[in-house]
Amino acid sequence: MKKALFIVVALMLTIGLAACGSNNGGNGNTTNNGTTNTGNATNAGGNNAGGDAALSGSILASGSTALQPLVDQVSKKFMEDSKYSGITVQVQGGGSGTGLTQVEAGQANIGNSDIFAEEKFVDADADKAKELVDHQVAVVAMAAVVNKSVTVDNLTKAQLVDIFTGKVTNWKEVGGEDEKITIINRPSSSGTRKTFEKYALGTASQDIAGSIQEDASGTVKKYVTDTPGAIGYLALSYLDDTVKTVKYEGVEPKEENIVAGTYPIWAYEHMYTKGEPDAVTKAFLDYMVSDEVQNADVVELGYIPVGKMQVKRDAAGNITK
Amino acid sequence: MEQPAVNDQSRVKPKTERTMAKPHVMEEWVGRVFTTLCIVVLVVTIAAIVYFVASRGLATFITNGVSLSGLLSGLKWDPEGEIPLYGALPFIFGSFSTSLLAAVIAAPLGCCAAVFMTQIMPGLGKRVLQPVIELLAGIPSVVFGFVGLSIVVPFLRSVFPGQGIGIAAGSIVLSFMILPTITTIATDALSNLPRGLKEGSFALGATRWQTIYRLVIPTTLPALLTGVVLGMSRAFGEALAVQMVIGNAPHIPHSLFESASTLTSVITLDMGNTVMGSAHNNALWSLALILLAMTFVFVFVVRFLERRNNR
Repeated sequence: MKKALFIVVALMLTIGLAACGSNNGGNGNTTNNGTTNTGNATNAGGNNAGGDAALSGSILASGSTALQPLVDQVSKKFMEDSKYSGITVQVQGGGSGTGLTQVEAGQANIGNSDIFAEEKFVDADADKAKELVDHQVAVVAMAAVVNKSVTVDNLTKAQLVDIFTGKVTNWKEVGGEDEKITIINRPSSSGTRKTFEKYALGTASQDIAGSIQEDASGTVKKYVTDTPGAIGYLALSYLDDTVKTVKYEGVEPKEENIVAGTYPIWAYEHMYTKGEPDAVTKAFLDYMVSDEVQNADVVELGYIPVGKMQVKRDAAGNITK
Repeated sequence: MEQPAVNDQSRVKPKTERTMAKPHVMEEWVGRVFTTLCIVVLVVTIAAIVYFVASRGLATFITNGVSLSGLLSGLKWDPEGEIPLYGALPFIFGSFSTSLLAAVIAAPLGCCAAVFMTQIMPGLGKRVLQPVIELLAGIPSVVFGFVGLSIVVPFLRSVFPGQGIGIAAGSIVLSFMILPTITTIATDALSNLPRGLKEGSFALGATRWQTIYRLVIPTTLPALLTGVVLGMSRAFGEALAVQMVIGNAPHIPHSLFESASTLTSVITLDMGNTVMGSAHNNALWSLALILLAMTFVFVFVVRFLERRNNR
């Protein structure tokens, strides 16, 4: 009896494992195909009837936690809109890497990311970025922030590089009081850190012994607020008077400076689709960049509408007017 | 007259038993199949998780060409650098030191609380104290993390040199998280002690304290240690609360009050930001594999202690 039980368990285990193995690839595809089909089929019907009103299906958007609040809020507004009552939008966090992985594998319809897919898919994976279509929905700007005890209110690029690579460890070396600098950095894979390194420092920062690394902006802000001599960086939406905002090369991190291109520490928020989006996903993405959202929710949550930007930037960081 | 009647009954009885037995046979089989299914689901889940973590974690060594000894003994972790470096020793060190220190803080607290609740005031202990301590187990780890960030870190910053973050802050937060595990297991072990042992000790003229530290504690020691090891394994696997207070710099710290990181904290920080299949992501799965292996070690230690306890 024991032997028989053992054999049964072993058998089911192998079958289960085999199923698991093949599911990894297949699962996502089926959901995606399913969604696409519903979308297309209903859309065809809708066209015959002469309107978009009949669009129905479901959209899964996953990825960046920095973009999540915006997508979340817009998705609720979108679903309440009677025009799109047949569409359900699900928003998940998980981080930019997760979002890009899932959209590339077909497990999500939209992959939210803080940085260009070309920057995430490198080396052997570089081809994967080419399959994805970029939809830029907002601009997020960042500012260096310091604890209120710090008297410095302007830092040059060179000074920031010195601080974040550990060459300068005391505020008096950059014109402040005699106080030790504590760096509140982001983890090395973070999109926020990549943006800050690329556009503020122009070089990679170091994980210095004694520095603090946190991923969540709320935690970063709390550490900068509480730790004497702390420096970190935050998206503009997180700034208030509990921390002190520092000018970059004498330029204040304000919307007019960012829009004009004089303040360089900003990045697009991306919503990637694999290939061109289907009708349902496209309806949502179009809604995302409509004036109704761009001038309301985007501004309200501290982002900058993408249409306002007077400069454009590509994945390699080249800026065009 | 009586004989035939009995005979009658005994002849009838097996018949009714047979008719009654059928549903019981069914019950037996339904029960057996159902429980077997449950165990199969469990075993398949565990096997699938182990398989998944192992297949991802081993890819670091197979496809990315990182050496196992390099991962286990390397001091520098810089996966996004121009020459990626995968030295996980700072994390392994961080995980071991925080969970060990947490156990060192929580074990005496938990065991002494259990002694109080079972030996000194059993009535109050069972009815009030034990539920209160078990309540701790239900508090989400993010709450512990936030309390650590708002109370423990500022306190350590004001008392000790440094920024308050580090292994000390992590261990203190963890010790509170594992306290219910240790206390509950210790309480169970102490209350399961045969009454006769204690009564014998009292009868020989031993005082209550003599009974507790000469008899009760030594007899239940393996069970108490089981609780401590289980608590340690929980501390080893805890991620969020530690991540919020430890600082997460990928270095071996020079003091208890300097930024450090653990296996779990680096996994939670980086996992979501890296794309599946990249070398950085695979390296994180390798760390998860180390964690899994450590959990198995903890389980074996617990089994070993339990076997000693039963002897």
